Amino acid sequence: MSANIRPSGVFDTSYAQDISINRTWWDKLSGYLLFGLLLAIPFLLESTFLGDIVSPSWITTITKIAIFAIAAQGLNILMGYTGQISLGQAAFMAAGAYSSAVFVRELGFTFWTALPAAALFTGFIGLIFGLPSLRVKGFYLAMATLAAQNIIIWMIRYPLDNFTNGVNPLPLENFKPVFFGQTVNHNGMYFIIITLAVLLFLVARNIARTRTGRAFISVRDNDLAAELLGINVFAYKLQAFFISSLYAGIAGTLLAFHTQTILTTQFEFLVSIELLAMLVIGGAGYPLGPLFGAAFVLILNQQVIPNIQPAVGDLVSSVLTFIPKENVVTATKPILFGLILALFLILEPRGLAYRWEILKISWKIRPYSY
Amino acid sequence: MQKTKLHVQDISLSFGGIRALQGVDFKVNEGEILAVIGPNGAGKTSLINSINGFYRPQSGNIIFEDQVISNLPPYRRAQLGISRTFQNIALYTNMTALDNLMAARHIHMRSNMLTGALFWGPARNEEIAHRHKVEEIIEFLEIENIRKTIVGNLSYGLRKRVELGRALALEPTLLLLDEPMAGMNVEEKEDMARFILDIHERQGMTIMLIEHDIGLVMDISHRIVALDFGIKIAEGTPQEIGQNDAVIKAYLGQEY
Repeated sequence: MSANIRPSGVFDTSYAQDISINRTWWDKLSGYLLFGLLLAIPFLLESTFLGDIVSPSWITTITKIAIFAIAAQGLNILMGYTGQISLGQAAFMAAGAYSSAVFVRELGFTFWTALPAAALFTGFIGLIFGLPSLRVKGFYLAMATLAAQNIIIWMIRYPLDNFTNGVNPLPLENFKPVFFGQTVNHNGMYFIIITLAVLLFLVARNIARTRTGRAFISVRDNDLAAELLGINVFAYKLQAFFISSLYAGIAGTLLAFHTQTILTTQFEFLVSIELLAMLVIGGAGYPLGPLFGAAFVLILNQQVIPNIQPAVGDLVSSVLTFIPKENVVTATKPILFGLILALFLILEPRGLAYRWEILKISWKIRPYSY
Repeated sequence: MQKTKLHVQDISLSFGGIRALQGVDFKVNEGEILAVIGPNGAGKTSLINSINGFYRPQSGNIIFEDQVISNLPPYRRAQLGISRTFQNIALYTNMTALDNLMAARHIHMRSNMLTGALFWGPARNEEIAHRHKVEEIIEFLEIENIRKTIVGNLSYGLRKRVELGRALALEPTLLLLDEPMAGMNVEEKEDMARFILDIHERQGMTIMLIEHDIGLVMDISHRIVALDFGIKIAEGTPQEIGQNDAVIKAYLGQEY
């Protein structure tokens, strides 16, 4: 959001240089290196000493982080940039997951055609639920998007249960993606998901820094002024809803093909709230916010909390003897989650991405911080 | 005979029982600076809001360049060439000054979500081309040093200046300024007056401004329209307005 900061001694001499994000050779190289490292993680865990100290469950965690980072990035475009609160992002993920599943199961699509088709389909559903934004904003709009959450999940569960298996799991084991003649197994999805996540993050960043993105931010910062200065506010709100749902649709599709079986409970209201929490913790309105948020929340949920749950259970039930240990163990997750969210809102309301920007800037302008 | 840029034709606007404007009718000529004066609550801002479409008058027409625009939404009017600043600064607070101006180039830019997502190619070339335009305005307003500052962190006077820049970035043919010098000290006011006169002189832009500083209005405007309680009480050159009984009464009150 702030201007690009160049390292000491690097000067921009043209507007092309001034607007470029990867300005120095190190900027470019570090991007490629990081991407390469991400793709190499499964091999590193399999064939080097790292496999002994890092549990293989981290692969699943990283995949989940990528999937939820995509969904949260969609929410970031809608909420962080355009300022429209949505409480239905998980339902749009469900729409993506189930529509892609129906496309491959009933219509004979492959993964590669079902993915864009489901994304576009979800985008259009998002457009429909974006219509109330013409009249309502803020918390009232949030309430309207709550309708999306309930209606979409209800549609999947009951009226469409011929295609979606209703409340029962919908299996996708027999519809694995095929990549150049080779069936991609569960482990192979890792590479597809990481690559798509990186691409979608680049796309989001590019949208944010061009005409459309500035229109989004104008709508967030001052919708009145934006309308009076030539921006069709409603059209841009709808575009934000569209692209946000599109991202959710892609995330849902990837989740469906990653877990290879889908259930409506994977997309309930709590997941929408979790996505919202990811955005708040990571930093709404920053391109990297969703990544930080998704990583933080999912590492906490999948790696940290399961490891400390028994210890916390022992500790609390030994002090407060009237509480059974099992109750403490099940309550650990929501209590910790709520506590951390509250702490973030108080101590770092702009999120991890803001802290990251400050770190980055102070690193770049060393040793002459003016 | 001068060409009419904007004709405010007999407009009336009321909110519930309050009649903000009653049959206000006047013309703005091409290439002139027209000031609208009046005591607080006279309906000046309502008038500007009606011109660029934020309010819809219950009766009367707004005619811009011989085209009736009363039914157009605000963003369409901006595309036709009407731009404005606000009494209480309405910048995009979390953007840099530069981005505020670039955001105002919106109506002249063509890239969409798809080309923007790719960035390389048309969107990037467009960014650079419009950056040149924006930098001209930045240079004109002497705000080079703050171009990359988040406008929320700027001082009041500078924010007013950035807001003028944003209005200019639309390349309007009619510029509406709602109290451009409110709350400024003498130097800042003089700077702002200089910018307004420069804009008028260099680009021949038609400017309509609301201002409370009568001395300044007398100096820079060609014609003045005076409002009181939503009614136009006088219209004429600064000299005529200065001697107009109705205006003096509205400002100083009546002796009994």
